[in-house]
Amino acid sequence: MSTSFQKHKRLTGLLICGVLFMFGFCYMLVPFYNLVCKQIGYNGKSVRAPAVVAPGMQVDHTRMIDVEFSTTLHGSLPFKFIPLQHHVAIHPGEKKLVYFFAENQTGHEMTVQAIPSITPNDAARYLKKTECFCFTQQHFFKGEKADMPVYFFIDPSVDKNIKEITLSYTLFDASGFEKKQVSLSKGRIDIP
Amino acid sequence: MSGPAPDFGWTFYAPLSTLYGPKSTDFFIFSIHMMGVSSILAALNIVVTIFNMRAPGMTWMKLPIFVWGWLVTAFLLLGVMPVLAGCVTMMLMDRHFHTSFFNAAGGGDPVLFQHVFWFFGHPEVYILILPGFGVISEVIPTFSRKSLFGYHAMVYATVMIAVVGFVVWMHHMFTTGAPFVAQLFFMYATMLVAVPTGIKVFNWLATLFKGSITFETPMLFAIGFLIMFTLGGFSGVMLALAPSDYQYRDSYFVVAHFHYVLVSGSLFTIIAAIYYWLPKWTGKMYSERLGQLHFWLSVIGMNVTFLPMHFLGLAGMPRRIPDYPLQFTDFNQICTIGAFIFGLAQLIFLYIILKSCFGKEKTPHHLDNRVWEGAHGLEWTLPSPPPYHTFETPPAV
Repeated sequence: MSTSFQKHKRLTGLLICGVLFMFGFCYMLVPFYNLVCKQIGYNGKSVRAPAVVAPGMQVDHTRMIDVEFSTTLHGSLPFKFIPLQHHVAIHPGEKKLVYFFAENQTGHEMTVQAIPSITPNDAARYLKKTECFCFTQQHFFKGEKADMPVYFFIDPSVDKNIKEITLSYTLFDASGFEKKQVSLSKGRIDIP
Repeated sequence: MSGPAPDFGWTFYAPLSTLYGPKSTDFFIFSIHMMGVSSILAALNIVVTIFNMRAPGMTWMKLPIFVWGWLVTAFLLLGVMPVLAGCVTMMLMDRHFHTSFFNAAGGGDPVLFQHVFWFFGHPEVYILILPGFGVISEVIPTFSRKSLFGYHAMVYATVMIAVVGFVVWMHHMFTTGAPFVAQLFFMYATMLVAVPTGIKVFNWLATLFKGSITFETPMLFAIGFLIMFTLGGFSGVMLALAPSDYQYRDSYFVVAHFHYVLVSGSLFTIIAAIYYWLPKWTGKMYSERLGQLHFWLSVIGMNVTFLPMHFLGLAGMPRRIPDYPLQFTDFNQICTIGAFIFGLAQLIFLYIILKSCFGKEKTPHHLDNRVWEGAHGLEWTLPSPPPYHTFETPPAV
């Protein structure tokens, strides 16, 4: 009897290990998902950190790509948030600086975070930014207005079919998620 | 506690269930944890019993096919219930412990929720259906008076459905902006499921072929399953094609599809199992006439309810809406009539079960051990109903 009891105990133990592994696997899906998204540029995850300009990158003068900008406010966030230019036409490899205007209309100070998204999906990983207000959270005092910069280029290895790319930002209320570090608002122009 | 009950549907997508979920969501999370624990314990019990406690001589390839169905189901439960537990734990942490797994403002991603959820959710539908496949594989041979055609292929097909079921989850999310390659992979993987399922359907047909068939109630439900499940399978293949899925997505077509596979695949098979084993459990034969009436009302009600939903979906009626445009009224009325027939028919079923359990027979009639002429298996060697202690010395197979 004792041998069969031990047999049950061993198998049950093994299966419980499997169950615990699957519970851990569920949490492992989180970094794995982020990694995959970063590789394919999904949900703007590839453009939340500064890109490196490849040495010897050539501007491709033979074609133009129209980059359009759009903005969304998440929920009913009382902010004004618009791109100063609605679209720019650039050559692949050409660097461009554009600004987005934001105004805090909440009546109190607030920290916000912009989340980028790029369409079409196949072009997402070729749009690269060396500077962006979305790399960090942005702090706004009551009624503060600012122009926030994006310095970007399109990797010349982008597919020839791509004629238009849309870069869209959604502004989220980040209160409750404030980062400890002082947010570096490099290039941000505060408007009095 | 103030506020409504959980109001985000069974898929509880974030942020509906995290950022905007009512307070009662925490109870929802707690009950899912409880359910997960009980499912895992039951699955452990089943796996250990089947591995360690088979009768002498009961080799793997002699196991009743119903037991195989349960073994694979139990492994699926062990594989995905912890993932669901992890998913709701992440929700709980997002709601109360200041994490942001699913909140974009804090660096998370709501689409991640859908991945984690459907990683659980797709194997879950095979959890619903595999025991049903097992039942049908017992019922059809019994009433065809033949042994099951292609037993080995049936076992391998069951295992293959379970394995492939782990790599198809993203077909629930083709329109979430998934990259092209991923859509292709999940489309092909999904269509691959049709192969083992096709093996099963053809084996059931081959079992029926040249069989000496009688149409008692369990067999009627089994044949009803076979036809309607195959129809549901066809609309499944339509939905599996990513390009056409963009049209059918989130429409009533999807509702029609999964009711065809689940009402027949899960409900009809369970009903077939109850009619099949009820005389064994209670020692009393149910009324065949009432059983047949139950079957015909169910099958008519079910088809009247769900067939029009295909057309509603293709005409553009979305899922999960409180009200629909006026032009869909007629078909919806047909659905309603069907649903009433289907629902009321189940009262007959309830009556049959209660009568079988508690009814007194005027002239006590001794029920044969075997009950059905073509039944094979250990349970049919016992008296009906079986005494409290059976097989005190394990039978040699």
